[in-house]
Amino acid sequence: MAQAPPIAGELLIERPPRWNDRRVGLTLGALVCALFALLAAIFAVVLVKAWPSFANNGLAWFGPGGSIDSQIEAIYTSGDLQLEPVWTFHAWPIIWSTILIVGGSVLLSLVVSLFTAVFIVEFAPGWMRAALAPVMRFLASVPSVIYGLLGVVVLVPFINDHVITQSARDSVSYVITLTGYSLLAGILILTVMIAPLMTAMFADGLRSVPKGWIEGALALGINRWRTTWKIGVRTARPAIVAGTVLASARGIGEAVMLAMVSGSIGFAPNPFDGWVFFVEPSRPLAPTIIKNADQMTSPQMTSTLFAIAAVLLLSAAMFSLAGWAAKQPMKKYGIRA
Amino acid sequence: MSATAPTKPPVRRRSAVDQSAAWRPLDRIGLAFCWFLGLFACALAAAIIIYLLVQGVRYLRLDMLFESPLGGVSEKDTGGLKDPILGTVLVAGLATVIALPTGVLMGIWLSEFGKPTALARAVESAVEATAGVPSIVLALFGVIIFSQPWAGFASREMAGGIIYGRSFIAAGSMLSIVALPLIIGSTREGLQSIPAHVREAAWAVGKTKWATIRRVLLPVVRPQIVTGTMLGLGRVIGDTAIIVLLLGATLRLEPGGGGGAIAETLRGTGSTLTSFVYIFAPTGDGNQPEKAYAAAAILLLMVLALNAVVEIVARRARRNSWNG
Repeated sequence: MAQAPPIAGELLIERPPRWNDRRVGLTLGALVCALFALLAAIFAVVLVKAWPSFANNGLAWFGPGGSIDSQIEAIYTSGDLQLEPVWTFHAWPIIWSTILIVGGSVLLSLVVSLFTAVFIVEFAPGWMRAALAPVMRFLASVPSVIYGLLGVVVLVPFINDHVITQSARDSVSYVITLTGYSLLAGILILTVMIAPLMTAMFADGLRSVPKGWIEGALALGINRWRTTWKIGVRTARPAIVAGTVLASARGIGEAVMLAMVSGSIGFAPNPFDGWVFFVEPSRPLAPTIIKNADQMTSPQMTSTLFAIAAVLLLSAAMFSLAGWAAKQPMKKYGIRA
Repeated sequence: MSATAPTKPPVRRRSAVDQSAAWRPLDRIGLAFCWFLGLFACALAAAIIIYLLVQGVRYLRLDMLFESPLGGVSEKDTGGLKDPILGTVLVAGLATVIALPTGVLMGIWLSEFGKPTALARAVESAVEATAGVPSIVLALFGVIIFSQPWAGFASREMAGGIIYGRSFIAAGSMLSIVALPLIIGSTREGLQSIPAHVREAAWAVGKTKWATIRRVLLPVVRPQIVTGTMLGLGRVIGDTAIIVLLLGATLRLEPGGGGGAIAETLRGTGSTLTSFVYIFAPTGDGNQPEKAYAAAAILLLMVLALNAVVEIVARRARRNSWNG
């Protein structure tokens, strides 16, 4: 039977589109919800794998005691040779090192970034502003392994030759050998890495300060420097807090560069050594994972590494959420930051 | 007539340095510090580029680009950089293939659909949280996920049915998570900066919402999507932690077996420029700084090229932006 010829009117009626808006909305919504699934999976896997290490050590996990490098050695051997499982792990030296390096570089880059952002937004002449934008973007995008390489071949030998004196070497020679791989190297290079991020966020905050407020202060005869600091920087405070917190999250997760320049020794630098403290080697949390990642054949070691990862993940997540929350007040001025 | 014409305000604002003559000393010191920091940043960037390029020119020979690395102990017998370069390209391509469509679609949902509002807010913070996950944690997560029995398609199978869990597929998919937030963010920002009347005009001529997005909005935000992708790519090719843990740390591309040549390579292990630099740096197992310089110089050139694309796209976008 021949098909009925199409009626002219029917040709004009369009087929309803296969991707109608409702279906698109639902499909994309489902895709977005997959992001929650991914995050939940990351947290679940990390916490479940980490649990044995925390459970066997209790709160002592975070405390000091013993040499961390020999503890790692014992944990690895016990799992690899399937001996009696060893779990003892006291992470204080690597936690202390993380606090010192990340804290130090965040403090340093807070000052540096604040002045740089003020300069870019308020005081730099046009040509300088045009040059600084790509420079900052470049400094933020240099891979961490390149910073690590430059640190190892330039900064570390410099510290070893010109900063560390013989008397400093002798004063701590009974506990640690000073080689130039140090807190100072880690702090300085991490500052170069996170300061551009902070500067970008601070500058966004400063730019979004309502012009009228600045002009009002200028009209009262206050000079531009004072106006910027008293009005601009104060108004941009939420952006400054957010930028600082987000940069700390980035610093905590930095593994490769710090694995290269921090010295990779499970040693807790001692503030009572005076200025020598800054040139003592150590090893933060994230580099510990990367240095021992080839030991995951041992189940105990795997769990210990995941315990370190859990600490990193929870603190980084806390920092990112805090940063996100700190940004919210800026919206009140109608600013998307 | 000309006497009553409104006088124009002075075009040139006096520079801060000129103005500062009347400031208090402390304020002037602050301004000087600002100048110092700005010049220091420029000098630092220039120093990094010049130092690495000079070292690269010293140690990079053209034939190194076509030779595979060797496990030798001196500069002569460690071979070339072919496999790390191929590895970098492969990993970057894989991560983009996964992250670009996903990120753009998620950005579209956030900007154009975003209902219910509570879900949209939750998604926004989830994106922030994803961006905050350290890449070393992602790497460990990937090792566990890809050594599950059901992930056998992604990597080599070892003796005794153990899934190795390290391959280009594993590394590429974890790196796509690194790039994802940047692509989502820039897509969303781009879409939100399009005025509402553009959408309304499209709806008024009978386009559906989806057709409006595809035919009207997406072509407009293409520069922002390119920018986001380039920023994401920069993070991907610069990432070392995920590569060191998830790419198997073999210097050469080692095929993973099963299927055609492409599938074998993707299931196999290898190295990228970043892991090559990490291994051959004085602190690594290889300890051949000359090789590390050569690889670092190529990596830096790639980063510079990505930055240049971002810069060009940003300039062009500024020229034809909605706000004139």
